[in-house]
Formats: sequence, structure tokens, C-alpha cells
Amino acid sequence: METQTITNTETAKKVTERISGSEAIVRCLIAEDVKIIYGYPGGAIMPVYDELYKYQDKIHHVLTRHEQGATHAAQGFARISGQVGVAIATSGPGATNLITGIADAQIDSTPMVCITGQVPSHLLGSDAFQETDIVGISTPVTKWNCQVTKAADIPAALAKAFYIAKSGRPGPVLVDITKDAQFEEFDFVYEKCEKVRSYLPIPKTVAGSLEAAAKIINEAKKPFIIWGQGVVLSEAEQELIAVVEKAGIPAAWTILGASAIATSHPLNVGMLGMHGNYAPNKLTNECDVLIAIGMRFDDRVTGDLNKYAKQAKVIHFEIDPAEVDKNVKTDVAVLGDAKDTLAKLLPLLNANSHIDWHQQFKDLYKIEYNKVIKNDIYPTKEGLTMGEVIHQINVESKGEAAIVTDVGQHQMIACRYADFNKTKSNITSGGLGTMGFGLPAAIGAKMAAPEREVVSISGDGGYQMTIQELGTIFQQKAAVKIVVLNNEFLGMVRQWQQLFFDRRYASTEMTNPNFVAIAEGYYIKAKKVTKRSELADAVKEMMESKEAYFLEVCVEKEGNVFPMVPSGASVSDIRLE
Amino acid sequence: MSTEKEQLYAVSIYTENNIGLLNRISAIFQRRHINIESLNTSPSEIEGVSKFTIVVNMNEVNIKKIIGQIEKQVEVIKAYYHSLDDIIYQISGLFKIKSELLFEERQIQNIIKESNARIVTVNKEFFVLEKSGKKEEIVTLYNKLSVFGIMQYTRSGLIAITKEEMKISELLETYSN
Repeated sequence: METQTITNTETAKKVTERISGSEAIVRCLIAEDVKIIYGYPGGAIMPVYDELYKYQDKIHHVLTRHEQGATHAAQGFARISGQVGVAIATSGPGATNLITGIADAQIDSTPMVCITGQVPSHLLGSDAFQETDIVGISTPVTKWNCQVTKAADIPAALAKAFYIAKSGRPGPVLVDITKDAQFEEFDFVYEKCEKVRSYLPIPKTVAGSLEAAAKIINEAKKPFIIWGQGVVLSEAEQELIAVVEKAGIPAAWTILGASAIATSHPLNVGMLGMHGNYAPNKLTNECDVLIAIGMRFDDRVTGDLNKYAKQAKVIHFEIDPAEVDKNVKTDVAVLGDAKDTLAKLLPLLNANSHIDWHQQFKDLYKIEYNKVIKNDIYPTKEGLTMGEVIHQINVESKGEAAIVTDVGQHQMIACRYADFNKTKSNITSGGLGTMGFGLPAAIGAKMAAPEREVVSISGDGGYQMTIQELGTIFQQKAAVKIVVLNNEFLGMVRQWQQLFFDRRYASTEMTNPNFVAIAEGYYIKAKKVTKRSELADAVKEMMESKEAYFLEVCVEKEGNVFPMVPSGASVSDIRLE
Repeated sequence: MSTEKEQLYAVSIYTENNIGLLNRISAIFQRRHINIESLNTSPSEIEGVSKFTIVVNMNEVNIKKIIGQIEKQVEVIKAYYHSLDDIIYQISGLFKIKSELLFEERQIQNIIKESNARIVTVNKEFFVLEKSGKKEEIVTLYNKLSVFGIMQYTRSGLIAITKEEMKISELLETYSN
């Protein structure tokens, strides 16, 4: 009995240990259950790397070949796992190289913690070697950031960083830590952060808003759901499906919402936006009630706002109050976390089917199928299409793979045609449109979910922006499948040049290297396909490989992505050719 | 929307007293190409809570969006916007003038008296006048004095107290629950 009492008293007290700031950083990461981090060493972060050496049984550090690769890998990790991705870098150029990934994570609401080393505090502001004002530089693209100059402030700063990164609408945070703070010793104690005064991660649902929304939906003749990544982030997939099925509402997705409802679900009517499907774009301007869930009315989705869903009552389910009425004026805003609000909405809805309304989607799909989809997936002309490659991946993966895309034509084609049977299966750079995202993001995704098949699909342009991460794939033995759809063009820009700049292909043609040789140079199995007859076997071989595998497919040079809503046009002016 | 009338709004923002927040807030205006007419930051009535008062010329639709973006910042407790009629505000102007004018130009003494300006300091070379009030009052004084020559002139940002209660303390309590 006596021993028991002593133990209780001991645990009740905060246990402190005298350790260095750099050890504290690593211990904080362990306390936050971080097992993998991505980064690149350098002078101002070396004390932390020294501690990582000591703790390598607890934290696996992945040496990417560029700091940008570290952020994208951390993003890929976060997007598939739902956990916070972590990237670390040294001061100056190391820190600035993180910025693209941070900006990408900010606009795509990806939880990420970046830790940067900084010059010693007595040198701050003196233009010291490898000093940059990374807090100033990263301010517009972080959810929160701070600089720590004392070891004793490290635990609280990191605890706050993790809490802010993952709570509410997630986002990237950056903690910049001076080298002297990394060396300094202090009495370490770690407490997880559970709230920050002044920060309300999930806004309260306004009383009556759910009832008002339900009333409008129940009275609707042509209701239409458009969902975004908010559904995936709050893990509200089942709640969304229940709402869609009970009320019989056709539902379409934004690019980041992809995979929340399986592609094959009869009420999933396809992708919205500039290169989305014909029916959901057209019928946005036909519906009488537009129910937006966890999406932010990005201009790539809405086209001309002055002509967007003007006939419809708009209901917006949203976690971030600043998004309400930002682009589209709403009739009812339901604030809160989608999982919670959709669950509360469900019992208020009447069962319905809207058969005639669904038929309109089916009729338009038929038109799109005959004019576009058939030719993309089952082409009869010479020249491989991007669509048939994606189709072949579907055949081999049975829609179970996580598809990580880069940015450009291949991305639109992949998102249009990939089958998604599981949620969190579409990892792509949406808001920022970051070329070079795909390959490193696939590394993070594969490490977060090693049991899943991860297929990275890139164009020849974006692939070469982070091609050096093949080194990381090789070193980490990350069994990602890499597909490059090579049309020897910066395809999306070329498409625009063709359509809007009188075919003046200014600096979009690419003379490419021997991609197979490069992959093989990194000891990655590789194959090149130039003929349709070789495609199916090559994709099969790639998907059956237990290791990383590189597949280059030479596709038609001037293939275009249709349908297309021309920039600035109305979504109902979507073109099929 | 953009055709809506622009007018001066005072934005009052209650925040945690943290380094870097000024950058975050000013960047919100900068990104949207909104010129800040004046900016003041100081402690508020609550310990550890700072208050920003920012004056901008905007329409109401856009100022509402700006308020949303400001409140989104982690360390912002609450942001409000008010028309200038809804607040009690003051601006302060300082004028440095050659001392000889004080004695040689009788009219200057009348201007000081009529405008309720206050002499802050006088020495051999110059004297300094301080005038608090609405912007127009300070500009009027500037126009009157500039005839005689002003050595230096500066005007503060607008500081404001709302007519309505702000209930920030109550708000902070709800945050901590």
C-alpha cells in the first residue's frame, strides 16, 4: 500500500530532466507520437541531427535530396495518414527551400510541422552566414509560426505547433529555433497543448442553421451536393454517404474531395471544375439547392462567379467561418466539423429519390462519354492516350491504389479516370498547383501506408522538378510505382497555347533525357512503353513488382484534356472539344 | 459588389500580445491591395491583450471578408469594424514651429487659443504645439499654421473607443471553457 502511495505522488508531480534544447526537440516529437520525419541537415540544425542519431530507434529520419522534397513527403504522409507530417531543415537556404511545400500545405489545409534551425540568437538580424528571416518569409503561408531563442520555450512552442497544425481546419506551422537554444540545457517537461486562448478550432454551429438547411433540402426538387476535402479531413465519409443516400441527392467532388465516396457509387456524379465532368458543371446552373460541404468555392471550381449557381439556394457546411460568403453568398451557413454537422443533419432529412433529376446527370454523362471519355480510355487512333494508361492502372489496382499526382494534364486525366474505392486515395496538389509535388509526396504516402499500393503519376515536366528524389526512393526502399506520362511538352501550358495563344508553343517543348537510364542509375527497375500493344503487360509488371518501379509511357504529343471550362467562363459554358 | 460605396472604417482587433502578429495582420490588407490609412497598436484594458485600431477606406462587403481573415489568425481574439460614427476617436498632431514666430506673429497666438492647441515645449529655436481631435480639426490647424511655416509636422493614427460594449473579457472566458 505504501509503495502504491509513493508512486502516485511521483506521477502527480511533473517530472523534469535537465537536457539540451536539441534533445528536447526530439523528445517533443516522440511525445507527439512522430515516428517518421523528413529533412536535410545543415549547420544550424546539426545539434538536432546529433540527437536524432541517438534516438534513431524511435524516430526514422528520411534524408530527402532537397528540402522541398521533405515538405512534399511530409504532406504525402499527412494526407494518407491524417496525422501531422514533419519536415526539418537548417537555416537560410534550407529553410527557404521548405517554402513551396509550406505554401502548398497551407492552401490545401494539410497538417504539417516544420522545424528550422536558425543562427545563434546573438547573430539574429546581422546578415550572418545562412541567416534568413524565415518567420517573416513564412508568415503569409503558415497557419501559425514562431521563433524560439531559449531552450526553455521549446516544449511549449512545439506543443502549440502540433495542436494548431492538426486542429480545426488543419495547416502548416513553422517553428524556427536558434542554434544557441538547441545547445542550451534546461529542465525539460512536456505537456501536450489542448487549447490556445484566442483560438477556436471548430466554430459553434449557429442555432437553427441545421433545421433551416434541412427544410430547404427537403423542399428541393433538384438538390445538388458538392463536397470537398473538408469531408476527408473530418473523416465524415460515412456521414456524407448516409445523407446522399437518404435524401437521394446527386453529389460531385472537388479535386481534393476525390475518393471520399467511391467512384462506383451511383450517386457520385463526378468531378467539378475546369476539367471536371460535363454533367456536374452544367447542372450547377440548373439545381435549385446547392449544398457545399467542406469546400471553399475555388475559382477553378466556380468559373465566373457572376454566373455561378445564381438560380440556387446555397447551403454551406464549413469549418472555417472566413470561407462563408467569401466567394459565393450563402442562404444558410452550417458552421462546424462536417462529421458532426452531417450526422445531425441526417435525422432531419426526408427520404427522397429525385429520379428525374438524376436522369439529367445520366443523359449528360452519355454525351460526355461518347464525345470524350470513350476516346480517352478506349482510343482507336494511333498514339497512346493518358486516359488509357490510367484505365490500365485501374484494371491492375482494382481501384485500391492511392494515386499521387503531380500537376498538369496528367493530373486532370488521373483525377478524372482513376477509380477510387477507398478514401484518402487521391493525393495531389490542388490549390497551389505545385509541379514537382508528386514524386516526393508518393514517398511520404508509401511510408505512411506501406500496406497500400502507391502509384505516383507525373508528367515529364513536373517529374524533372524533383527527379532527385529517386535517390530517396532507392535509399529508403520505398516501393512506390512511378509512372511518367511523357508527351515531351509542358502539356497543360501547351494546351492553353493551342486554344488561346494561336498555337504559339513558346518554351513548352521539352527535350527529355533517357528517363529509364536515370531510374536505373538509381537502381530502380524501369521500363519504357511506346506502343499500345506493350501497355497492359508493362502496367501489370509494374503493379506486381514488390519494389519501386519506374514506367515511362510515351503518349501522344498534343493530346488535350476535355471537357474544359475556359478560364473566367461560366461553368455551364463547359466545352467538350 | 465592388460598386458598393467605400467609406472609412475603423477596424478594432483584440489580440494576444505576440511578436509577429502585426506582420500577419498587415499582410491581410497588403494581399488585397488595401491601403492602411492609419494604424495604432497599444495595450487594451485586459492584461496581456493588445488592441489594434486600423483605419481603411473600403466597402462593407469587403470589410466583412477582411474581418473574417483577421479573425482566422490563431492569436486574434476578436475583430470588429465600425463606421466612424459608431466610435469615439481622437487623433493627435504635433507641430514644430520657429520660436520667433510665437513672439512676432500675434496671429499665431490667436490660432493657438482658438484651436485649443497645447504648447508642449518652448525653447530658443522652436516651440511644439499639440492638438488632439478629429482629423479635420488637425488639418485645419495645419492649414492655418502652414502660412507661417512649419518646421516639422506629424499626425498619429486614430485611437478609438467604441460606443457599444465589446465584452472581450467575456469572450476570453468562453475560449478558456
